[in-house]
Amino acid sequence: MKQTTNLVSISRRKALSMLAAAGAIGFAGVPAYAGGAEVAAKIKTLAGGKSVGEGSIILDLPEIAENGNAVKVAFSVESPMTANNYVKAVHVMADGNPTPDVASFNFTPAMGACSASTRMRLAKTQNIVVLAEMNDGSFKKAQQTVKVTIGGCGG
Amino acid sequence: MAKIKPRVKVPKKAAAGDIVEIKALISHPMHTGRAKNKKTGKKIPRKIINKFTASFNGQEVFVANFEPAVSANPYIAFPFKASESGNFTFTWVEDGGAEFKASKKMSVS
Repeated sequence: MKQTTNLVSISRRKALSMLAAAGAIGFAGVPAYAGGAEVAAKIKTLAGGKSVGEGSIILDLPEIAENGNAVKVAFSVESPMTANNYVKAVHVMADGNPTPDVASFNFTPAMGACSASTRMRLAKTQNIVVLAEMNDGSFKKAQQTVKVTIGGCGG
Repeated sequence: MAKIKPRVKVPKKAAAGDIVEIKALISHPMHTGRAKNKKTGKKIPRKIINKFTASFNGQEVFVANFEPAVSANPYIAFPFKASESGNFTFTWVEDGGAEFKASKKMSVS
């Protein structure tokens, strides 16, 4: 008698776990997120295996974004922006979106300063990585987490 | 489809050596290729503005490459160092190669 109840409880547990597993697959199956590893790989490709320094990038991102459809992303990179010393390009990446790339910008010394601002979509709470490429071939990066209340990837 | 209309804000006058801010916006749905049409259940194909270029007196000064993660009606703001009077030309390129253009004058004293 005792055994039978055990059996019943196990099968119920099993049934529940199967349901949970099915749910998990359902969620994971729809959008495959980029993840931190893909962003790290992307940085490696862009930087050509060189070491990436920190600092001299100021990020202006909200801590909490209520609507993932339009999240402000602004950055500025400290640089004199002269013909000999300027920021060549800046790449913005997000590790929780279906694809890691958000946008990339090419700068020229004629701009006098290195900053830009735009709006991006974020699917969920995730890290934003900004990678700056200097004209001498060195790289700098900065990272910040943005909490997203409602994701913005369509459905 | 709604009409695609670019809008740009450039200061009319600037003093030489000043760093001015240029703001550019274009109305565009930026279809990511992931969303579905709710009525038909079919996926809306990807159609985004993938490139924005700003030139001053014919010389390219700033380029932005957009991915589907950029919001609808892509907005971009960037700095520019005023040194001489001239004309800005802004170009947006859509997937498929369609181009949208806008231009603005700036006089530098």
